[in-house]
Amino acid sequence: MGMIFEVSKQGKRGVTLPGKDVPVSSEVPKGYLRSKEAGLPSVSEPEAVRHFTSLSNKNFNVDSNFYPLGSCTMKYNPKITEKVANFERFSSLHPLAPQLIKGGRLAQGSLEVLYETEKALCEITGMDEFTTQPMAGAHGELTGIMMIAAYHSHKKNKKKYVIIPDSGHGTNPASAAIAGYEVKSIRSNDEGIMDMDEFKKHLSQEVAAVMLTCPNTLGVFNPHIKEISDLAHEHDALMYYDGANLNAILGKARPGDLGFDVVHLNLHKTFATPHGGGGPGSGPVGVKKDLIPFLPVSRVEKRQDGTFSLNYDEPLSVGYVSPFYGNFSVILKAYVYIYLLGKEGLIDASESAVLNANYLKSELKDSYDIPFDKNCLHEFVISALKQSKKGVRALDISKALIDEGIHPPTIYFPLIVKEAMMVEPTETESKATLDWFIGIMKSIARLAEKDPEHFKSLPQKAPVRRPDEVKAAKEMDVAYL
Amino acid sequence: MVPEDLKYTKEHEWVKVEGTKATIGITDHAQSELGDITFIELPEIGSEINVSDSIATVESVKAASDIYAPLAGKVTEVNEALESSPEVVNQSPYDEGWILKVEVSGDSGKENLMDQAAYETYIKENK
Amino acid sequence: MTYIPLSEKDRKDMLEAIGIKSGKMDDLFKCIPSELRAKSFNIEPGRSELETEKYFRDLSKKNITDLVCFLGGGFYDHYIPAAVDAIVSRPEFYTAYTPYQPEASQGTLQAIYEYQSCICRLTGMDASNASLYDGGTALYEAAMMALRVTGRNKIIMDGGVSPIYRKMLYSYTKNLSIEFVETPPAHGQSDRDEIAKYLDDKTAAIILQNPNFFGAIDDHTDIAEKCHAAGALVIESVYPISLGVLKTPREMNVDIATGEGQSLGIPLSFGGPYLGFMAVKKELIRKMPGRIVGATEDLDGRRSYVLTLQTREQHIRREKATSNICSNEALCALRALVYMCLVGREGFKEIASLCMDKAEYAKQKLEGIKGVEVKRSAPTFNEFIIRLPKDPNVVIGKMIERGITPGFPLGRYYDDLKDYMLIAVTEKRTKREIDVFAAVLEEVLWG
Repeated sequence: MGMIFEVSKQGKRGVTLPGKDVPVSSEVPKGYLRSKEAGLPSVSEPEAVRHFTSLSNKNFNVDSNFYPLGSCTMKYNPKITEKVANFERFSSLHPLAPQLIKGGRLAQGSLEVLYETEKALCEITGMDEFTTQPMAGAHGELTGIMMIAAYHSHKKNKKKYVIIPDSGHGTNPASAAIAGYEVKSIRSNDEGIMDMDEFKKHLSQEVAAVMLTCPNTLGVFNPHIKEISDLAHEHDALMYYDGANLNAILGKARPGDLGFDVVHLNLHKTFATPHGGGGPGSGPVGVKKDLIPFLPVSRVEKRQDGTFSLNYDEPLSVGYVSPFYGNFSVILKAYVYIYLLGKEGLIDASESAVLNANYLKSELKDSYDIPFDKNCLHEFVISALKQSKKGVRALDISKALIDEGIHPPTIYFPLIVKEAMMVEPTETESKATLDWFIGIMKSIARLAEKDPEHFKSLPQKAPVRRPDEVKAAKEMDVAYL
Repeated sequence: MVPEDLKYTKEHEWVKVEGTKATIGITDHAQSELGDITFIELPEIGSEINVSDSIATVESVKAASDIYAPLAGKVTEVNEALESSPEVVNQSPYDEGWILKVEVSGDSGKENLMDQAAYETYIKENK
Repeated sequence: MTYIPLSEKDRKDMLEAIGIKSGKMDDLFKCIPSELRAKSFNIEPGRSELETEKYFRDLSKKNITDLVCFLGGGFYDHYIPAAVDAIVSRPEFYTAYTPYQPEASQGTLQAIYEYQSCICRLTGMDASNASLYDGGTALYEAAMMALRVTGRNKIIMDGGVSPIYRKMLYSYTKNLSIEFVETPPAHGQSDRDEIAKYLDDKTAAIILQNPNFFGAIDDHTDIAEKCHAAGALVIESVYPISLGVLKTPREMNVDIATGEGQSLGIPLSFGGPYLGFMAVKKELIRKMPGRIVGATEDLDGRRSYVLTLQTREQHIRREKATSNICSNEALCALRALVYMCLVGREGFKEIASLCMDKAEYAKQKLEGIKGVEVKRSAPTFNEFIIRLPKDPNVVIGKMIERGITPGFPLGRYYDDLKDYMLIAVTEKRTKREIDVFAAVLEEVLWG
């Protein structure tokens, strides 16, 4: 399909602007002006709309496709959340308004949304306070580690390391490293959880934090979690909870009760805000009492009279992590979701997500290797090792699924499983869809036995077929200029 | 095909020592595990290296692998042809695909190098 | 359940299939030891969609958004064409995930490639990433990138950089050994002498902003030349709308251009989601953080798009990644792309000119008020500062009561600028609104 630059023709325009209504002209000396125009496209509105609509039709998406992408929680996004986020009084509020004298009253509705969301997230996770400022999960991780650093430095603790299991999300070691810590990676044992002996060997007074996902990326709940947090606390190391997998345990277990001190959530996973083709997300961070003074500013506070205000006066705070209050409209959608579903709805979401995952796992067991065949929670990992011996790798199976209109699972992650395919169906899929998926996965496994060569030509029905990634990386054609 | 006249490391690098000069590259096994190589980050000529320092990076589409200094010394030459044609490492890992040359100082690191037979065994055991 | 399509019978059958005979959903959680189960879960019961909508409609009414807005500070009230909303409201875009599977994501991938191309055309740079969270984190990422590239550890921050971004940078780097030096805030252009005092062979980069926080326009070419001679990189945060007419970062020989993309069709939405953009010279592509889309060919020779140079990223490089970023602001980047296409080549120049002309008109109107001083030490784009004869906080409060948000009090961030207010004028403001603004200000001051 052609690029928008190829549709462009000089003189066309997609929006008309009002004429100049002021009697003066600004005189900026020529030396400050660009020497030639920016070369943006010139297209009419119908051409632009048709171009982008055609592009949209080349995407798999949750409204059209089953999307069992492990660790990404691709659940359906209730439409009412979009509607509310588009209310003009939410969407057009200037973020600096409440920082003005008498400006606070302009923003009472939005401040209440932030306050109530923080309160709900505290109860859901068992934490004492939340900030909604981090703009994505990894940003929440960075914020959390910054707070941990501030806590240790305030206590004059000398800390150097962050412990992370090898099954952890790549963002974990990356966040710890950019916050100034060295990463100690702990291998998983044959049950798919962090090896306790290895953990104890690496735990010392120099460890600042232990970063865990629970259930982990294999969908396994670590039964030693309390022991781990007790040991960590004995060394004055803090427990960090990566909330990517919270959808597994709503109402069943809370990071706060498990001994975690810092928690980040991914509102675009558990709380049904749409992924937007890669973002925006929102990564609020919750903490236990001891870490409250280090939360980023500003803090939303409720006054005696029931109105809301912003507090910037927190001397121990890590400071500003976001220009304002986080990705407000994403936070709003998550709050709408919590308000809409309520207690029973949230519990049902986790129960059904876990039921769907276990059902898929048990039905796929005969056709694929399951490296850690324990009770999983909301997701599980299968391996295409059996199929790869015939020459059909996880990547090839993905392409076969694309032809069936199914978005492939997360492949080659976690790194500790060969030919990994990580499956997370979520709760918003029907049994009929799951059965259909099972049928297709089984017939793929049969075909891999019979005709492995067939897979090399897949996918056949997608707009493109196995783009050359080597060529892309070598030529680096990243802009049309 | 593991050449006889080279020494090897556990990180799948090969070293050719000639007096105080050493040439370093990655093994055939390493290049085939990485797949199509898209980029090689070369060290600066003149830089001092110590054993186990990360001195270069070899990248494919889905992996990046560090090259660790098997010996200590000073970088005297780098294979600049790899900047525009990194695929040479895939095609000729032991010959045209050499990565850097070092003026070796001291013996440290030498005790860890394997000969052809030991390296072949090592690959088999770690498959 | 509305969003869970499992019937009672489905649940029963599925539980049975996995060997849970009790038929109890809670038995799915037996792997969680009983002493570790949730101690409480006091969330209110769910509501109907109708009740939910009403509750939030009422809540939204506690916001007041019908004031005439002269508030900017890096975040502006620009017009958003209706087609921008129409496109990003397509679930094919907004309910898709990160385009890791190219065959299932050509729509998002091509859109990002076109976005990267437009950002490059606007800034004059060679390569853009797929987006970062916002303008502040983009500046932080640029600073980290400069430290990596140069192997040095000192950053010079120009006094004209947004105080919000400055605070963000300090927060992020508190635990790292980075030396920050700051030139004093100048209302005019960058203070060349101050910069020269700090520039040395330890300097990794200088961070500049154009137009600066006070609205002043500069040509940083001479500063870039001196920095490059000292082996330092030049980072400049830019306001994309201004690039419809202003000299580009590339023309000033900037190495890393960043900015806040909110003005490109993204609603103010009380602070987010926004759009951080970053564009660099070709030789810096591999050091750039964030996702990048590249063009290539598929098995049948068709032009196609993929995420490329992924070895920079956390999911491959883990602790050695160029950044920890994963989720970015893809849908906001799509907004920006559609905006740039609709407004287009001509429209961009027109909006920039309208902003400047209206700001100039506002300056002249306000200058006519007794005791009000408009700072004219440098040319400005659509934002400028004025000195008031009375406490700006009091003036702003009174004007808000009269339906105008007149601007931002600089005393909030600068002790020595307590008498000053920052005023922004976009293409949305009419002559009449500016006239009323001036009249109300005069009345509040002297009425």
